[in-house]
Amino acid sequence: MAGTTTLAAALGSGLRHALDDDPTVVLLGEDIGRLGGVFRVTDGLQRDFGADRVMDTPLAEAGIMGVAVGLAYRGYRPVVEIQFDGFVYPALDQMVTQVGRLHYRTGGAVRMPVTIRIPYGGGIGAVEHHSESPEAYFAHTPGLRVVTCASPQDAHTMLRQAIACDDPVVFFEPKRRYWTKGEVDETLDGALPLDRARVVVEGTDVTLVAYGPLVVTARDAALAAADDGLSVEVVDLRSLSPLDLDTVEASVRKTGRLVVTHEAQRSGGLGAEIAASITERCFPLLHAAPVRVTGFDVPYPPSKLEEHFLPDLDRLLDAVDQVMGRQHSLTGWSA
Amino acid sequence: MLRSDVSDVRARRAPSDGDDLPAPDWGEMVQLLSPEGSRHPDPVYDPWVEDVDDETLLRLYEDMVVVRRFDVEAVALQRQGQLGLWPPLLGQEAAQIGSARSLRPDDFAFTSYRENGVAYCRGVTPTGLVRVWRGTALAGWDPRAVGMATPQVMIGAQTLHATGYALGCAKDGVDSVAVAYFGDGATSKGDVHEAMVFAATYAAPVVFFCQNNQWAISEPVGLQAHRPIADRAPGYGIPSIRVDGNDVLAVMAATRVALDRARRGEGPTFVEAVTYRMGPHTTSDDPTRYADPEVRAQWAAKDPIARVERHLHTNGALSEDRVQAVKEKAEGFAMQMRDATYGLTPPEPLSLFDHVLVEPPAEVERQCSQYAAYLAMFGGEE
Repeated sequence: MAGTTTLAAALGSGLRHALDDDPTVVLLGEDIGRLGGVFRVTDGLQRDFGADRVMDTPLAEAGIMGVAVGLAYRGYRPVVEIQFDGFVYPALDQMVTQVGRLHYRTGGAVRMPVTIRIPYGGGIGAVEHHSESPEAYFAHTPGLRVVTCASPQDAHTMLRQAIACDDPVVFFEPKRRYWTKGEVDETLDGALPLDRARVVVEGTDVTLVAYGPLVVTARDAALAAADDGLSVEVVDLRSLSPLDLDTVEASVRKTGRLVVTHEAQRSGGLGAEIAASITERCFPLLHAAPVRVTGFDVPYPPSKLEEHFLPDLDRLLDAVDQVMGRQHSLTGWSA
Repeated sequence: MLRSDVSDVRARRAPSDGDDLPAPDWGEMVQLLSPEGSRHPDPVYDPWVEDVDDETLLRLYEDMVVVRRFDVEAVALQRQGQLGLWPPLLGQEAAQIGSARSLRPDDFAFTSYRENGVAYCRGVTPTGLVRVWRGTALAGWDPRAVGMATPQVMIGAQTLHATGYALGCAKDGVDSVAVAYFGDGATSKGDVHEAMVFAATYAAPVVFFCQNNQWAISEPVGLQAHRPIADRAPGYGIPSIRVDGNDVLAVMAATRVALDRARRGEGPTFVEAVTYRMGPHTTSDDPTRYADPEVRAQWAAKDPIARVERHLHTNGALSEDRVQAVKEKAEGFAMQMRDATYGLTPPEPLSLFDHVLVEPPAEVERQCSQYAAYLAMFGGEE
């Protein structure tokens, strides 16, 4: 079955398939039932699968997460929705001390096939706590898989793969791309594994690594750079933990230049990990030091300032200039 | 009597400056066996333990003696440097045995780290009991094999797991029950309150079993609560029972009431077993810095094992031979625990990389092989 749909609807159809395919799949979250979720991702699911499988929960994220642990103990496959990125912190304790560790703690005896959906990222003009990119906290935690999608196709496919996975998966949904439309093939045959990155634009001069909401921006940057005679390869990371460093390395071995971008703050972020790992692997081949284009090391700003916080097309092109040793504006420094 | 109405509970005297926080004795408790060993008739709770004859009580007595004996052995093993740490349960034998012996094999216990008596009842082996405290593993046993999660170190976190598990039982259409064990300190944690909210909302078949042992390390229960702990539950719509936690018969009656409600689909029940932690928080703790020896002596007079012994003696049901046999069983288990401890050797170094995810991630495998090569430089993996 293929058709054009929004990313949000592709997630919804992914959930519908998962509920259809496996009776142990249960959905838990605030407002996901009668309302269909604040972004309508779960629209119609409670009506079709019942309140026993699509559960509106009390307003308590730690509670949702801890109850999901208990359900997984009992053999269920819970899919948890955290309503907004900034609301996940009460659940962080259960995620870090329980969800990510039970398999290790019990020497493999207890599996935690819990999927934790989190709409994340900025660019929607929201109030505080509704535009965050907290992925690094989870990527830093062993025992959790962390993934994100950039297209309706990946949204659908990766969510179904995440739910079927026997490990806990933190599934970040790029909320400003919820209404992006694209073709979605609902057969999973031949789908790229969940933990693999994908080269979405091929190029030879610069490797530009992006994920989630910035993949679209990175593709635009590659197009614009091409007008300027530069060939940019865009890697959609998809899996933030574990990282598919082999795919990034293969690209950098070709280009010799690396730019990494994310909305999240810079220090201690994914960009640092990727830049360091690729430098370790490819140091003699690099023509320039890797460059990170990220949110600044400040709390997420008020919405009228977010355009200055978020990496955009021009900042990506500026970084491309920088690794090419061209004149660029952001740091004034050339490689 | 379930405490769904709190109006009859005496208000606690407000503490004033310089007042030590008291070990509170608020309100009534269910008690069937007095500290002197005499049996109180109780029209509400007697029917729940009608089947507990002298022989059954003898077996509960035996459990308590065994548990106390191996607990002492584990403390000795820690003092001798064979265990890294041990959280003694001394004084809480009745609370643990009376509740755990009320469970069915298909029920599931989610406990803190002090419930080694519960673990014993679930069939955990001596090796299983010491593994974590020896530091050779993070879990002592396979939770599904014994119907008990491995001990939870994060205070109160397991109450949510029990609630989720109970929801799963209800979804499965079975009448198995999840039991959450936690202490008085845990009742200050958000997780415990959220667990009660979820359990009440979905009428989950879960029993909240709080052992109020009066202490959270050095903090007395008065620092956690200004009302009896059992009074917290009715605010969530969860009926509660306050029971003498040193009375194995009363604990069993209360637990059976709670389990029965859960099995019949009537939802969660909260049991507060009022007891006293006679030892330190763990072997690393020094209660002489904060606990009043006089109060401890008062609780020693309410000992859970002594009262059963007196009762059985009075009934003529406890022969010297039987006492001896129980002692020997306890001694035997303690010696098995000692041998098990010595038998646990450090795991193979590279096993530290196992079971992070179901399939090992490439980066972890890389780190593992790099570390293996590093170890090999020293002429072997040791």
